[in-house]
Amino acid sequence: MEKFNVFASKLIPEAELFSPGHKACQGCAPALALRYLLKAAGPNSMVANATGCMEIISSAYPDMAWGVPWIHVAFENAAAVAGGLESGIKVLQRKGKIDKGHINVIAIGGDGGTFDIGLQALSGMLERGQDVLYLCYDNEAYMNTGIQRSSGTPIFASTTTSPAGKSVPGQRTFKKDLAGIAAAHNVSYVATASVAYPFDFMEKVKKALATRGSKLIHIFAPCPTGWKSQPKDIIKLARLAVQTGIFPLYEYQGGVYNMSLDLPFLKPIKTYLKIQGRYRHLTDDMINIIQEDLNLRYDWLKGLAALSQQEAK
Amino acid sequence: MAKRKGIESSIALADSVAMCRVDAISAYPITPQTHIVEHLSEWVNDGELDAEFLPVESEHSAMSAACGMSAVGARTFTATSSQGLALMHEILFLTPSLRLPVVMAVANRALAGPISIWNDHSDIMAERDIGWVQIFAENGQECFDLTPLCFKVAEDKRVHLPMILNFDGFIVSHMIEPIEYWTQEQFDHYLPPFEPQIRLDTRAPSVMGAVGVPEIYYEAKMAQHNALLDSKAVVVEALESLEKEIGRKYNIVESYRADDADVVMVLLGSLVETCMTAVDNLREKGLKVGIVRPRLWRPFPKEEFIAALGNIPVLGICDRSFTFGAAHHPVASEIKSALYDSEKRPIICEYMIGIGGRDIRVQEFEQMFMQLLEVKTTGKALPIQYVGVRS
Repeated sequence: MEKFNVFASKLIPEAELFSPGHKACQGCAPALALRYLLKAAGPNSMVANATGCMEIISSAYPDMAWGVPWIHVAFENAAAVAGGLESGIKVLQRKGKIDKGHINVIAIGGDGGTFDIGLQALSGMLERGQDVLYLCYDNEAYMNTGIQRSSGTPIFASTTTSPAGKSVPGQRTFKKDLAGIAAAHNVSYVATASVAYPFDFMEKVKKALATRGSKLIHIFAPCPTGWKSQPKDIIKLARLAVQTGIFPLYEYQGGVYNMSLDLPFLKPIKTYLKIQGRYRHLTDDMINIIQEDLNLRYDWLKGLAALSQQEAK
Repeated sequence: MAKRKGIESSIALADSVAMCRVDAISAYPITPQTHIVEHLSEWVNDGELDAEFLPVESEHSAMSAACGMSAVGARTFTATSSQGLALMHEILFLTPSLRLPVVMAVANRALAGPISIWNDHSDIMAERDIGWVQIFAENGQECFDLTPLCFKVAEDKRVHLPMILNFDGFIVSHMIEPIEYWTQEQFDHYLPPFEPQIRLDTRAPSVMGAVGVPEIYYEAKMAQHNALLDSKAVVVEALESLEKEIGRKYNIVESYRADDADVVMVLLGSLVETCMTAVDNLREKGLKVGIVRPRLWRPFPKEEFIAALGNIPVLGICDRSFTFGAAHHPVASEIKSALYDSEKRPIICEYMIGIGGRDIRVQEFEQMFMQLLEVKTTGKALPIQYVGVRS
């Protein structure tokens, strides 16, 4: 396994398979995620993209940003389309109708297309164990349609369908545990990643693609437009999400959980929340609720990692 | 002559799909289509068919996966009915717009609610505008024969559109009939390997399903419409070569004892055969009745249909599904609008028959014909007749 975090940028291919000149907003982290994804995956890859920001900004005819074969069919079915690509490639290679040689089949969806409307198709593909990497870029709301809440939106975040009102202070529910759902399918590989840790992310992509079977990477990718934050703060936000523990980086493989970073302590969540307009209305009590929830989840995850590693020995 | 065997139509259809050397099948069970995909899974799991069988978790994913399979160049098949077709609805529009020649068998069935597993044409009539080539088979032999035709037409480089083979749920799908099988050599001769005009290929990356900005969307839709209209000639050609291959002649518009008829009935699907018996009975009594029916439903063979009508003065049109609140039900609506511009405009009477598995018998067709003959005398059309409905 290549260690990008040791050799850093010199080992990363210069070729841009996700071309500049697409239509993403300034400071768009999902676009960055796709750029890193394809640098790690390389040209022997094929992508099925769900409807969403990344589909729209990259494929407005005739300005295509894709240097690999790419298909978009609809919103909720990227996993099913990717499953079809995988089956088709497998049988055509077996019958000698197309060249042999491994092709990485990658499905891409946002949090709306994955946590919500695409969850059934995703579950089906994961359950079938198809040789597909599913990448969910999570910007925590339906940004393409104008910042509506999804089940990936964290509690109290203000969106256009969970506005911070006088009686309801934003999103009422806690974020759904997507990576946990994927791991519950007992798939080959699951990881969380962040655009603030590109080498870690690219290594995870390489690792996933070197593993046969179904895989999921959940990448945290802030949206300056939807989060009411400065484009310049996007990487900082992505890093703070990891450092505060609200979006921990970990891997799941063969029943074992591994924390990707060894954080000696967690920064207080307030440092992360205060530079986002979607949390402008938060009271100290609400911040405490967020802090307590993340502490519980973080401790549970660390416990799970320790326990599963112990069991594996 | 190839051997004939007594076999269920669904099994024969599945055998025909396998003998087309299909590469990939995405499947989800729904009554009354299920026997087709069950039997195909046996072909695959017994190692007799080298294909990928993908048992997906919904019809929506069945059609989505079929798009993926076809996009990389696999000969792709799926089958469904009723609610399954309705669940696919969103994706059914994508398959032709991506120009993916998927073939789908639809065992026609009523739509809920109330829930009904029995036969009528509600499912397919709700999907008549999806942009697929659509044809109707009337019995098991036609299911067997028209399956390779569907692949041949869909995959033809002049067409490159998906195609639906319709046949009546239960009435045809579960019927055991004597069916004459083609030999594998006949299949291979009739249906060459699929050579896609466009495919996703890592050696030559391309994009399928780009955003259609206002500057190109209209043109894309126009090209799709023209491609579907142009497919008619390819269907005719494929039916001609099918006749050369196996000796059975099918036409895009079929006539039965209609040449000198005073009145004809227009209908789709397996009830044609019941109606034929009624025609034969009445002809024995010297009454000039017949049948004209479009076998090809999309693209609608307007010119051929009008030509087949000749100078027949009275037409009965049978619908097997409702278009709620509309002036006319789907088949009548199609034919009436096709005839509006025609110099020949017969008197038309509309019949609603066989809804949700309601039987329709020879005597009822005879009564309908008698009504039409009376209409010919009076010269006055009847309001829409809802045959056999209780008030």
